[in-house]
Amino acid sequence: MVAYIVRRLLLLIPMAIGMVVVTFGLLLLIPGDPASVLLGQDATPEAIANLRNALGLNDPWYIRLWDYFAALLQGDMGRSIFQNQPVAEIIYGRIGATIELAVVALLLATIIGLTLGVVAAIRQGSWVDTLTMLFAQLGVSMPVYWLGLLLMLLFAVQLGWLPAIGRGVPLHEAVLAALTGRPQILWDSLTHMALPALALAANSAAIISRLVRASMLEVLREDFVRTAYAKGLRRGRVVVRHALRNALLPVLSVIGLRFGALLGGAVITESIFAWPGLGQLTIAAISQRDLPLIQGIVLTFAIVFALVNLVVDLLYAAVDPRIRLG
Amino acid sequence: MSMRLPKALQNTSLVVGLAISLAIILCAIFAPYVATHGVEQMDMRNRFATPSLEHWLGTDNFGRDLWSRLVFGARISLTIAIISVVCSALIGTVVGLVAGYFGGWVDQLLMRITDIFLGFPAIVLALAIVAVLGPGVLNVSFAIIVVAWTEYARVVRSTTLVLREQNYVQAARALGASPARIIFKEVLPNALGPIIVLASLGLGTAIISESALSFLGFGLPPPTPTWGWTLAYGTKFMRDAPWLSIISGATIMVTVLGFNLLGDGLRDVLDPRQLSRGGAKAAKAK
Repeated sequence: MVAYIVRRLLLLIPMAIGMVVVTFGLLLLIPGDPASVLLGQDATPEAIANLRNALGLNDPWYIRLWDYFAALLQGDMGRSIFQNQPVAEIIYGRIGATIELAVVALLLATIIGLTLGVVAAIRQGSWVDTLTMLFAQLGVSMPVYWLGLLLMLLFAVQLGWLPAIGRGVPLHEAVLAALTGRPQILWDSLTHMALPALALAANSAAIISRLVRASMLEVLREDFVRTAYAKGLRRGRVVVRHALRNALLPVLSVIGLRFGALLGGAVITESIFAWPGLGQLTIAAISQRDLPLIQGIVLTFAIVFALVNLVVDLLYAAVDPRIRLG
Repeated sequence: MSMRLPKALQNTSLVVGLAISLAIILCAIFAPYVATHGVEQMDMRNRFATPSLEHWLGTDNFGRDLWSRLVFGARISLTIAIISVVCSALIGTVVGLVAGYFGGWVDQLLMRITDIFLGFPAIVLALAIVAVLGPGVLNVSFAIIVVAWTEYARVVRSTTLVLREQNYVQAARALGASPARIIFKEVLPNALGPIIVLASLGLGTAIISESALSFLGFGLPPPTPTWGWTLAYGTKFMRDAPWLSIISGATIMVTVLGFNLLGDGLRDVLDPRQLSRGGAKAAKAK
């Protein structure tokens, strides 16, 4: 297992270097002089010259790439053009909200997806199966921003049950507050979280449910399941202890991959529900064409995604010996 | 890859998916004849009209006909989707074929590059690219292609790894055929099934990506009636005319559903393993 972890960690290095190169390459994509393009038509020659200096545009690209690498190794992602603050600091202030939203959405998606997938598989061919798979097909096809709007229209505007926008106290602080006798703070956080998390989770829940159903159907046909039934075990025990445990293996890696999609989806969900995370920051940075900030955000998303995949791979290897020994 | 038409037509996903996709494509092609009003034609006496015989899907704040705007919007969404799917499929297929056929360091290098692009959340990278390049059909398509080609590369590579060990490929190699000839004449035709399935599913994904960019305000600039922008614009009138956003979103969903069903159906029909599984399922049901 140690050898596998080391091998997997070493693979992360070229991947991270590649991601930095792609992120750096965004600057090279800008047609013409990046400084004048970024500052717009009304910029003074002095401001353009300053930005050229700040972005190091007077040096050849390979020197700039080297400098970018060297700075990143020291945790320096450059300075935001419009907020005049270090990019790393701005991102640090926002990333918690996005990760919180993505993690809650992933949990929701996993719970909904697993439940629907298992129910559909054990009732294969019934109306429950048809209805579940119809939901899954709609969930896969539904744009996240549209679902978000519909949820907002129904639960916030029409029924008035949940707040339409904003975020309560960060969830970990809210849990602590609830433990110290202030449950209303946790309730407020959860009600703010409900709609964006549900909108974000729907697509992943649909994908996970389809996969769990397919995986369960394969496993339910295996000899060991038949043996378990032949031993006289109850259906519930066979499904949960024998079938689901084996069917979960291929699902685990997809759940990890979904985290990346959820991070991307968070950009859209945050902009609809005014969730103050990295997604909302991305939209602001892109509207202002604040390139150092855009580069920092893109790289952060990629690195978080790579780290999550690493954890999932290690978990996968821990539960399936064929991976680490193969 | 071979399939019999009557058997394919028994697949509900395929038939429903094909019907929806064809209907949308035909609407887009014949937009000037299908639309009941001009895209920018205003009718100030009929502002926020609810769906009626004159305005099938209602009108917006300028009295513009929503049905006509969506029909013309289909042209833009489909154009961008088709450009990005064709280019992604071409790039991904070539990368996958080369990586899978040659193996070794070529495979390692190409797959690590694929992993790098796959490691970026698609919409984030697409937004960043549109931010630096600016809006436009080709720029938006490029932003989608940058991430979308990776899926073709991975699937075609794994198919090629299996195909290159087949007897007919070994025979062609023994006869002295060049790698390019083997790849394009022997391997590619047999890898077309998964590529077609991915392309159909990819059309749905591209439509969602394009409409997301437009929704966020980074797609084609107004007055181009993109679906995403029409939806986003409708949100301003969510209380008075909620149908503007609801119908625009439903249009996107039905279109994506059509291509997804088509892709799922094609996968069932083109993949013999799925067919045999379906057969086993049918046998068990009996």
